[in-house]
Amino acid sequence: MSRNGPLALCYHALFVAFTLAPIIVVCWVAFTPEGYLSFPTTHWSLRWFRAIARYPEFISAFWRSIGLGALSSVIAVAISVPAALAIARHRFAGREAFTALFMSPLMIPNVVLGIAFLRFFTEVGLGGTFTGLVLAHIVIIFPFALRLTLASAVGLDRALEHAALSLGASEWTVMKRIILPLVLPGLVSGWALAFINSFDEVTMTVFVAAPGTETLPVRMFLYIQDNIDPLVTSVSACVIVVTVAALVALDRAYGLERLLVGRSGADGR
Amino acid sequence: MKTAPYLLSLPALLLFAVVVIVPLGMTVALSFHDWGQYKGIVPVFILKNWREVFSDSYYGEMFWRTFRIALLVTLLSAVFGAPEAYILNRMRSPWRGLFLLVILGPLLISVVARTLGWALLFGGKLGLVNAVLQSLGLISAPLPFMFTETGIVVALTHVLMPYMVLAVWAALQRLDPQVENAAITLGAGPVTVLRRIVLPQAMPGILSGAVIVFALAASAFATPAIIGGRRLKVASTIAYDEFLNTLNWPLGAAVAVLLLLALVLIVFGANRWVERRYAQVFG
Repeated sequence: MSRNGPLALCYHALFVAFTLAPIIVVCWVAFTPEGYLSFPTTHWSLRWFRAIARYPEFISAFWRSIGLGALSSVIAVAISVPAALAIARHRFAGREAFTALFMSPLMIPNVVLGIAFLRFFTEVGLGGTFTGLVLAHIVIIFPFALRLTLASAVGLDRALEHAALSLGASEWTVMKRIILPLVLPGLVSGWALAFINSFDEVTMTVFVAAPGTETLPVRMFLYIQDNIDPLVTSVSACVIVVTVAALVALDRAYGLERLLVGRSGADGR
Repeated sequence: MKTAPYLLSLPALLLFAVVVIVPLGMTVALSFHDWGQYKGIVPVFILKNWREVFSDSYYGEMFWRTFRIALLVTLLSAVFGAPEAYILNRMRSPWRGLFLLVILGPLLISVVARTLGWALLFGGKLGLVNAVLQSLGLISAPLPFMFTETGIVVALTHVLMPYMVLAVWAALQRLDPQVENAAITLGAGPVTVLRRIVLPQAMPGILSGAVIVFALAASAFATPAIIGGRRLKVASTIAYDEFLNTLNWPLGAAVAVLLLLALVLIVFGANRWVERRYAQVFG
């Protein structure tokens, strides 16, 4: 394979700078010692990170986001496993339609989903509740969970199950001892991808959350709408660090390319 | 008839029937309801909101702005993202994985945090880029960014670029490097190889990336809301205002349903066109 020329590498450097600039700037400003937005050059300070502690709404929103992401991802993965097994191993009427339906949250704009959820939850008495948030998040992260559970269900070797069955294992034992351990890496990655997507979701959640059930991105968004000050940069810096740590872990464990591109990493290269 | 696959999909089906199909149906119905400042939402069937959305030039202008921004973002990310995917694809092992992480990683970093970065780079008194350009004497006044369409386009291009790189990257994975080498051996120059070998094979990726980026740009919310502020509205921020500030839910529902319909038409139309165009080549 031919190499990239110097021109290509220059372009690449500019592209990477463009990609990283806004992210780096947020983290840089977060270390300002001043009471206003500025780029610290000689003096650096953690005062705005300490200041987060004085804003309990950010802290509680953070824990709510973590809880919401963890819970809705667990439920999404749990529901996606049987659906993935059905889609991967059975040919049945409606199979394509089911798949399209389960993937539809990727196609429907989140703002439309947010409005639909707001209307629905208000009508059924779940408006502004944590239960409503969990239901809404399960739906929007379901495609991510399903994609990864589906990839591992497709990769299952049925000969292993047949072998276990012929050796006298019950259906349940096969499920517990053969199928689950084999799909587990896919489940864990699906959970992690679903969690990150839930943790970052703002567009849909801004409609569904009420004061008292705001998630961290919603809290940050509403805060920025009023004014931009160093506090919100230090909160953002923390979010960036947490996400990057999760990303690197996920990349090591599963491979980011496989995670995002979907099948192409798996289908034999 | 087999029941197993239906039983297995039942939990997911129930969830989607109750929490997706019913709410969407309710939203469509809501767009036909009446609303008044004092009477609230009146569940009747009228075309008032739809007439307002189609006749008031304010909404026409806003939808035109929404799709103009989406189109520009799509063009920019194709023009700049496709070459980057090609360069990434030619990199060697450790660098390739590292830069793939660097370029695709931001996809999973909070949109609010990334947009905040653009506001810090260009906005307000701080505006790093403006300050640098001014101190270098390249510009005399700060470039307008906040509350401008340019600002929304630049920030959205940054937010959605990884999708384009990802799509082109996936297409380039199927490209056999030997074909490039064969072309070179047969005397083709680098430009000819790019134009006649690489570009045609990357095109399905560019087009599918364009469809994704367009759909996401036209329905983006957080970035236009932060950069555009209260002055520059797009479809999703108008719907947000109607729902959470004016409380005219039926009108907001009409805007949202129209956005959904327009996007579904455009995305399906584009997908069919792409499939027909490439059916002979890849079918």
